[in-house]
Amino acid sequence: MEERKYIELTGNPVIMELSDIPVLEYQEFRQLIDDLLKNERAHCLTYFVYPQRDRRQFICCMGMDVKHTILVFSHEQAAMNGLLLESITQRHFCFHVFEREIHENYGIGFIGHPWLKPVRFPFDRADQSITMNAYPFYSIDGEELHEVGVGPIHAGVIEPGYFRFICHGENVLHLEIQLGYQHRGIERNFIAKSTLLQRAILAESIAGDTTIGHSMAFGGLMETLGDQPVSPQMSLERAIALELERIAAHIGDTAAICGDIAYQFGQVVNEALRTIVINTTQRWCGNRFGKGLIRPGGAHYPLTPEIKLLILKNLAEVEGRFTQITGRMFTMPSVLGRFEAIGTVTAQQAKTIGAVGMAARSCGLMRDIRWSHPFGAFRDIQVDPVALPSGDVWSRTMLRKLEVDRSIAMIREFLERHDCMGATETPTNNMPLRQNSFALSLTEGWRGEICHAAITGDRGELVHYKVKDPSFHNWMALALAVRNQEISDFPLCNKSYNLSYCGNDL
Amino acid sequence: MFLREIPILLHHGRQYVPDLRHVELPDTFRGRPVISPDITPEENTMIASLCPVAAIGVQPCSIDLGKCVFCKECGFILPGKIKFTSDYRMATNDRKKLVILPGEEGPLRLDPGKIRDEIHRIFRRSLKLRQVSAGGDNSAEMELNAAGNVNFDMGRFGIEFVASPRHADGIVITGPVTSNMAEALQICYEAIPDPKLVILAGSDAIGGGMFSDSPAINRSFLKQVAIDLFIPGNPPHPLTFINGVLDLIGHEQ
Repeated sequence: MEERKYIELTGNPVIMELSDIPVLEYQEFRQLIDDLLKNERAHCLTYFVYPQRDRRQFICCMGMDVKHTILVFSHEQAAMNGLLLESITQRHFCFHVFEREIHENYGIGFIGHPWLKPVRFPFDRADQSITMNAYPFYSIDGEELHEVGVGPIHAGVIEPGYFRFICHGENVLHLEIQLGYQHRGIERNFIAKSTLLQRAILAESIAGDTTIGHSMAFGGLMETLGDQPVSPQMSLERAIALELERIAAHIGDTAAICGDIAYQFGQVVNEALRTIVINTTQRWCGNRFGKGLIRPGGAHYPLTPEIKLLILKNLAEVEGRFTQITGRMFTMPSVLGRFEAIGTVTAQQAKTIGAVGMAARSCGLMRDIRWSHPFGAFRDIQVDPVALPSGDVWSRTMLRKLEVDRSIAMIREFLERHDCMGATETPTNNMPLRQNSFALSLTEGWRGEICHAAITGDRGELVHYKVKDPSFHNWMALALAVRNQEISDFPLCNKSYNLSYCGNDL
Repeated sequence: MFLREIPILLHHGRQYVPDLRHVELPDTFRGRPVISPDITPEENTMIASLCPVAAIGVQPCSIDLGKCVFCKECGFILPGKIKFTSDYRMATNDRKKLVILPGEEGPLRLDPGKIRDEIHRIFRRSLKLRQVSAGGDNSAEMELNAAGNVNFDMGRFGIEFVASPRHADGIVITGPVTSNMAEALQICYEAIPDPKLVILAGSDAIGGGMFSDSPAINRSFLKQVAIDLFIPGNPPHPLTFINGVLDLIGHEQ
């Protein structure tokens, strides 16, 4: 019988014995990726190195969006300096950022990689001689060209990142984004911090605006490794929290987009609506971002009948007013003039760079983990993701409006199924993990696909932890969006994505 | 011409919070904690060992709000002994005051003796701040933005965030200060003209939070400068921030 090239897992999260992951020859590994990516509806979820004493295992997980399965396979290399591999990016550009990350962390060279640049300047990077101040920016010589540098500190109250534009007059020819300023050593801390509570709080702080998305991915991963699945009621509560987070983020971004086009009326009305949503979360769990709400094994804050009524009441209020203001906004010529055909990314570009979540759906590329790899309560309901084809600022703003509508409808459906008896399970601090295992957990945060992967050792201890925020892929979409745009459209394009700095930098 | 705006305005109504000094937050809100005076040494040891950020001291029992991430795990284990009140006014200018001892029920306020003379005189009616995120997870940053939004509107007191450090009277730092951001933070601080304020917003900034012992952090900058205000929280609530700043610049209660 022919040895299997990959293990196909169904469900989300998934778990398997570490030793069951097929180890292929590198040539075979690359060939397999070629074969799998012929399927238009397959995409790479994560590709990372699990370092061991004398060897390194390169684990790849491929999501089959239509079959709803996850394929796991790997290749192994000796842990030696100066290892060179033929790059996969040459044929599949969506691997570019995974290979860059592996290169930065372990010093492995990828032959034929067009853009082997630093991702986040981690403290334990292989080459300590590369510093933040010496990022190898792309440059073009030409008497009519000039460069514009912005950052790392920006005008507003936002996170740091550096943007270098190459411009021809007012037109942007090229934008390169240097990140890493927010690097806190999250992944290393997951191993160093030994209690479940510490790790849960770490997961909450990967990206504070996606607290629920990341802590749900973490919670699901631990509960799978610990064989302690939560009740359907608990899953419903988490799904409700996730959709509330999505609604708040989308409305908040709509406000910020209005601010960037000097439509102050839209800004203040939407700001006030976001406040209603995050204050609902605060009433539920004491924190406007949902910190403390999701814990492995259960929750400290049950969804009581009172909270249920509050959610329904506030959502009805928000729905009415948001429909009103967006109805006005999307009919104003002065607004549409700033939205339409600005910052366009095509479906082909989105696919090439491996865009996920909102960034993909706004160019007509249907990628939504709630639909392709449903988790928790999303398994039991019909999820109809929204996708819009035009790929411009209009599309990204309209997508937010439509997703808010869908999320409100979903929360109503979840609440109908929830009995609100307040008797859901409480969190545990004791969750022995299955030994020598590999587990992967995916959620669809408001920005897109969040992927957490963990490997356990002989005693069930965590030996490796890998986090992937959607922004890891999507920053490239922003860089493409501003090409051939006026540089003055950059803030608007940036805000229409609102990508995460700390989620990328970890 | 503005017919379509009228119903939106009517539904929008009046959004601003009139009195930012006395707002009732929901009882679920995790604000200033109170430790019962009859907490036993055994109970103290137990919660100290569970605290994710070593914010709980032993003998005497204490909670350091400069480290606390407000997960309330100690309060869930000993509900009769540790209570997180909904009091959001937690900011102070004395680092030692952030350490809450058993039986301390009084509100947390600034020490007027520690406020530099020129602060009230110069900044009482206008304070422009430059914010620098140095590893903040974006929740504190969003709350600082919210402090100026249509609900909290700190602009009514002349307090606002500005783009350039050259226009600023002080710096508000969020995040545990990553090594990769340490230099930019230093440069920004130096670009602010004297006299200037330094405000730390959030547990991460005050004590490093979950990242206090992370090798990717470099907090040496914070050792060189005097800190004018500590604002606890994970993230700090906009009301915690605004009230702390108002107390610092000498605004009436």
